[in-house]
Amino acid sequence: MRDIANVDLDSDDSGSILESGLCCEWENKDGSGMQTELGEENEEVMSEFYRRNSEPPTDEPVQEQFDFEYPAPRTEGLDHPSMPDATWFTNFLVSFSYTVKFFFARLRHILQLYGWEKCKGNVESEKYKNFVPLFSGPDPLFIRNIYRQGSDVCNRPVASVPGTLMTVRDRFTPDYGWTFEYKGTESRVLNMGSYNYLGFAQNRGPCAEAARRAIDQHGVSACTPSFNFRHNKVHKQLDALIAEYLGVEAAMCFPMGYGTNAMNIPAIVGKGSLILSDQLNHASLVTGCRLSGALVKVFKHNDVNDLERKLIQAIAEGDRTTGRPYKKILIVMEGIYSMEGTISPLPQVVALKKKYKAYLFLDEAHSIGALGETGKGCSEYFGCDPTDIDVMMGTLTKSFAAAGGYLAGTKKLIDAIRTRSHDIHYGTWMAAPVAAQVLSSMHIIMNKDGAGEGKLRIRQLLRNTRYFRRSLAQRGFLLYGHEDSPVVPLMTFFCTRTLIFCRETLRRNLAVVGVCYPATPLTKCRARFCISAAHTKEQLDWVC
Amino acid sequence: MDSVVIPIYTTIVSVPYYHYVLEGLLVLVVVFLWNRRNRRPRRPQLTEEEKEELIRKWQPEPLVPDTPQDHPALNPKYVDGKMGKYVSIEGKDYLNLATSNFLGLVGDERIEEVAKKTIYKYGVGSCGPRGFYGTVDVHLDLEKQLAEFMGCEEAVLYSYGFATIASAIPAYAKRGDIIYADKGVNFAIQKGLQASRSQIEWFEHNDMEDFERLLKIQAEKDLKNPKKAKVTRRFMVVEGLYLNSGDLCPLPTLMELKWKYKVRIFIDESLSFGVVGSRGRGVTEHFGVDVTDVDMIMASLENAVASTGGFCCGRSYVVSHQRLSGLGYCFSASLPPLLTTAASEALRIMDEEPERFDHLRSNGRRMLEGLRAAIADTLFYVQGDALSPVFHIKYRSDDVEEAEKKLDALVDNAFEKGLALTRARYLVGEEAFPIVPSIRLTVNSQLTSEEVDKSLKTIAEVVRSLTKK
Repeated sequence: MRDIANVDLDSDDSGSILESGLCCEWENKDGSGMQTELGEENEEVMSEFYRRNSEPPTDEPVQEQFDFEYPAPRTEGLDHPSMPDATWFTNFLVSFSYTVKFFFARLRHILQLYGWEKCKGNVESEKYKNFVPLFSGPDPLFIRNIYRQGSDVCNRPVASVPGTLMTVRDRFTPDYGWTFEYKGTESRVLNMGSYNYLGFAQNRGPCAEAARRAIDQHGVSACTPSFNFRHNKVHKQLDALIAEYLGVEAAMCFPMGYGTNAMNIPAIVGKGSLILSDQLNHASLVTGCRLSGALVKVFKHNDVNDLERKLIQAIAEGDRTTGRPYKKILIVMEGIYSMEGTISPLPQVVALKKKYKAYLFLDEAHSIGALGETGKGCSEYFGCDPTDIDVMMGTLTKSFAAAGGYLAGTKKLIDAIRTRSHDIHYGTWMAAPVAAQVLSSMHIIMNKDGAGEGKLRIRQLLRNTRYFRRSLAQRGFLLYGHEDSPVVPLMTFFCTRTLIFCRETLRRNLAVVGVCYPATPLTKCRARFCISAAHTKEQLDWVC
Repeated sequence: MDSVVIPIYTTIVSVPYYHYVLEGLLVLVVVFLWNRRNRRPRRPQLTEEEKEELIRKWQPEPLVPDTPQDHPALNPKYVDGKMGKYVSIEGKDYLNLATSNFLGLVGDERIEEVAKKTIYKYGVGSCGPRGFYGTVDVHLDLEKQLAEFMGCEEAVLYSYGFATIASAIPAYAKRGDIIYADKGVNFAIQKGLQASRSQIEWFEHNDMEDFERLLKIQAEKDLKNPKKAKVTRRFMVVEGLYLNSGDLCPLPTLMELKWKYKVRIFIDESLSFGVVGSRGRGVTEHFGVDVTDVDMIMASLENAVASTGGFCCGRSYVVSHQRLSGLGYCFSASLPPLLTTAASEALRIMDEEPERFDHLRSNGRRMLEGLRAAIADTLFYVQGDALSPVFHIKYRSDDVEEAEKKLDALVDNAFEKGLALTRARYLVGEEAFPIVPSIRLTVNSQLTSEEVDKSLKTIAEVVRSLTKK
């Protein structure tokens, strides 16, 4: 059963792509050419793209093949997130299916408790029978009897570079998910699950060479926090380059993206302040907000009106526990949300924060490098001034194929974070090869080597995103998210349907991510595709 | 109608009189409460003009305060090249007694070769969290290797040391549980305890009597309320080797208390992994405790192993829970493959070259004895166990600022003479307990006896020159 999404394929925005002169490669003006046969494994196409993509990428600079004007961002309808709901019948069936599942899970649990069914999972040792049980509540039940049966979809081991084509180790479970065994074979699959937006996940090429040189010159690691020592060439350069890239005064890099949020939000706000956090913020932001000690209030996802209401209420009423006004108010939100693919309404939020004198923390984990004409993220995409955003945060894992995160803003902010950050005092350095990878990929994106490859990658990513989303929507799949977001969640609602989808796609050599509770609500399971600039049209056609 | 009214009437008339009193009272109570509900004072509703006025008047604090430019965090020393036995700062070489490179694995050629080969196979980043195609086969190999190294059933690998400890504790301990923690634990553990929202009971550093006192108090409370006691989980969190003081924990006593009072034990072996024990397996090997009796061992790979990341190991029943509920595991990108294979190779070197542990221990002992001699009869004193590679040099003074000045002077003067020392850095406002300023001096296995003696001589000279003034 499929629900048709609300997509207007005749809208005139499609003309900006078609007029570029390369329409014959993508689609004809009457819309034909976008369709491929559904469900058939097109042997010719597959063998062709295997042949073409089995060679490693060369070091030749990529030629500018077309003159593609980066289209204007789609800003209408942003404050009402494009997350269409299923029909009431689907929702009813989903709830019914969960009732059945939990009933059987409970039954199984009772059978295991009394020993009628053999529990093949881990059990507590006999020595601890007088201790208070370590796990209780509904979560262990869910994990043991529901999640376990679908656990072959998660944690699939990869045995190569996570580029567009990658190798996955084949494994099977002889006993419904209690144990896994490896077949000893590997499959070459098309990767639509890894975060590789600009296609920098390569094991050859200038970035890999830069990382290798960094190991020779600076070593792998350093065993010291960043407070007392920093690296002259690596960290100083990287901080300056990130600041230049974003167009702000200063920046600072950290070795872990999750840690950048969790360890630095407490350095910015503390007790007596208020944090207004989006409903669907990432776990790292939630952890950071909790550890800061400030009061946290949640506003509806991307709902600017709700945010304004809460701002007015906060300023008018103040902190009810102390009876005084709040010291400061910080709005925390993300650029692209990783589970929904929605883009936050940045211009409206910036206008609000200026009106009410609040501060804005923008987490661009998925949008840096993926949005904007030169990959500078949400602020460039919407044409906002980056200095309007008080704290810009991002991760280097997704678009730059490295690891770590950064914070950027005014010099005053970065100085204060340096003196108060948990990471600087108690963590460790960013490893030199990882930083070198970021440096070289950022150089390419900023076109410092003059080859134009960065611009090409960014534009290719947008073309791929729009093409893919339109193709899927044409086939009747329900997609969440903004049209330009490279994160494409395909709604399946039933967690069983998500499981089958992921299993069948892997059988057909396509790697897709299936997401369920707790990353998403229980009744809104989905499969998620991550588009990369390195995907070719044939590959996307084959996927569709 | 009659068939309804007449039975009701006869019932009303035939009941005893106290029913009238009771039900009359109930009706009065209901009426009274209903009236009170209406008369509860409401929050004054603000008009639009009043709200605009408040918004106009409200002045928030600046996002961050001004920072003085001479703050030490804004003036780190910029290093060139690798931070091995010697560090190169602005063209000059200094003997490195500041970093936790205990086994001298920074700059090791074998590790670097393996890391370079890994880049050529896997690229640099893993591009995803563990659940979504971020699990590379090298992660699974390292986890297996760590579990075998420690003698445990399973190990879980994280991508950052601080996040390992701060995520592992809240995965098990929730609101309503009790955690007993040593007052000397490091900041990462304190953040993990804060995130868990459990009731925290602090006991004096390494004081087992104080700990037992707290356990006895709780045992009495349990007798009074056995139902609550049955659902309250208890944990104790200690470090193998304390970063803030260089002491070992008294593990045998802790294990006795564990079995006596039914408290699960989590040990943070960030510093002691690869350092303590004849083969570097940590405090369990050193004290001869069965490692499967320890509920969980958490460690960071950023010290002796000279990589990045961390791991938790223990019985599968306990540790596998983190694969779904450890926030730093599920919601963070996995460790880059090159750092994973570097850690793998480091473990292999540790197995093949156990003499590194002996060198480290002998250097540590030599340094400790020499330091005690060098700073005797001064207000400086040194803290640390003979087995520890980390020592704290502190200054006896009630005035914290004066102590900091003296310690900074020691660091600067030693730096001029070619010795790289650092102050131990803490976030003073956020640590759970008051901090005594100190210099954190580390030794590593590559130092020769001459280098140790030379550095002791330098420190002695500097201390003498400082105490003369």
